[in-house]
Amino acid sequence: MSGSAGAATPQVREAEEAQGLDQWVMTTRLADYVAWGRKNSLWPMPMGLACCAIELMAMVAPRYDVARFGAEALRFSPRQADLMIVAGTVTKKMAPAVKRIFDQMPEPKWVIAMGACASSGGMFRSYSVTQGVDEVIPVDVYIPGCPPRPEALIEGIMKVQDLLARRAREDRGLAPAAPRTAGTGG
Amino acid sequence: MPLNGTPVRRPAKTGLLAATYLPSILKGMWITLRHIFRRKVTMQYPEETWRLPDNYRGLPALVRDDEGRVKCVACFLCEYVCPPKAIAIQAQEITTGVEKGPRAFDINMLRCIMCGYCEEVCPEQAIFLTRESTTVGLSRAEMIFDKEKLLQMGGTRPDPIKKWARLTQGTPATGVPSVAAGRGGAS
Repeated sequence: MSGSAGAATPQVREAEEAQGLDQWVMTTRLADYVAWGRKNSLWPMPMGLACCAIELMAMVAPRYDVARFGAEALRFSPRQADLMIVAGTVTKKMAPAVKRIFDQMPEPKWVIAMGACASSGGMFRSYSVTQGVDEVIPVDVYIPGCPPRPEALIEGIMKVQDLLARRAREDRGLAPAAPRTAGTGG
Repeated sequence: MPLNGTPVRRPAKTGLLAATYLPSILKGMWITLRHIFRRKVTMQYPEETWRLPDNYRGLPALVRDDEGRVKCVACFLCEYVCPPKAIAIQAQEITTGVEKGPRAFDINMLRCIMCGYCEEVCPEQAIFLTRESTTVGLSRAEMIFDKEKLLQMGGTRPDPIKKWARLTQGTPATGVPSVAAGRGGAS
């Protein structure tokens, strides 16, 4: 897909045609292709445990519309989800359930710790609260805030997408992808 | 035994058409269709951002005065007042010989709840909440911001009182009692 459709003077068009097949065919590696698919269809498991879940809902609602990132299918069954968003205070009583739900999610899976409580325990320095959900499950992205804005959560999801694409290459011993430039397609 | 009160009014028996659900389905689809032509409310986030109010409370940051000095004097009030104990300060004597300053000033942004108590309590107006609200991190260590990072985030805030100039040159500013005069008056 060419990004210069607006300024297609005859000279530009000739230059584009000279590029030959590259104009019409996009080559990639299988790892990148799979990562691209995963990236744009993250199905989050909303682990809404407290007030952060309200912002999580706001992120899914029309104003912020996480469907633009392909992550609008919130799955309430861990079997269908690949991104757990831990939104809220993880009490010691809830921690085994969080762990179990995480274990039920199929690989590959990612975890976002949303907000102060899930990231570090926040203001609940208490005997009854885990000091961060990473005491129980591995966390990929931490989002500060109490609660974070929906934008921050979208940033977190974009971070997971980057991480995912990078790890897909690393797993196969490939060099990191070149930074994306305008007009090279998704 | 029958319960007291009026009996529940049941709706009239639905007709054959309603029993096919078609009118309800069409009605629902009509509502969906109408939304296509409505004003779009979606904010295209990374390209388009919400205009946060001026008093929005985001991540806290340290500021310098207009002469580039760190305004914080390591009085530990913010560390004391911080509800989640996100702030950790180490003090040191500073070479200009007037007061002490922070050797280390770490804020754990994952603990911070952006309540603004630190800004409110600070006697030197050295810590402010920025409007930064979309920072995310990949590890806990990355989200503990040190002094340099906090000062970089905070930037410069002009200080009309010029306390430093007064203390270093020993000339009392007009209208404001000097530290020496204040001590004399108290004793």
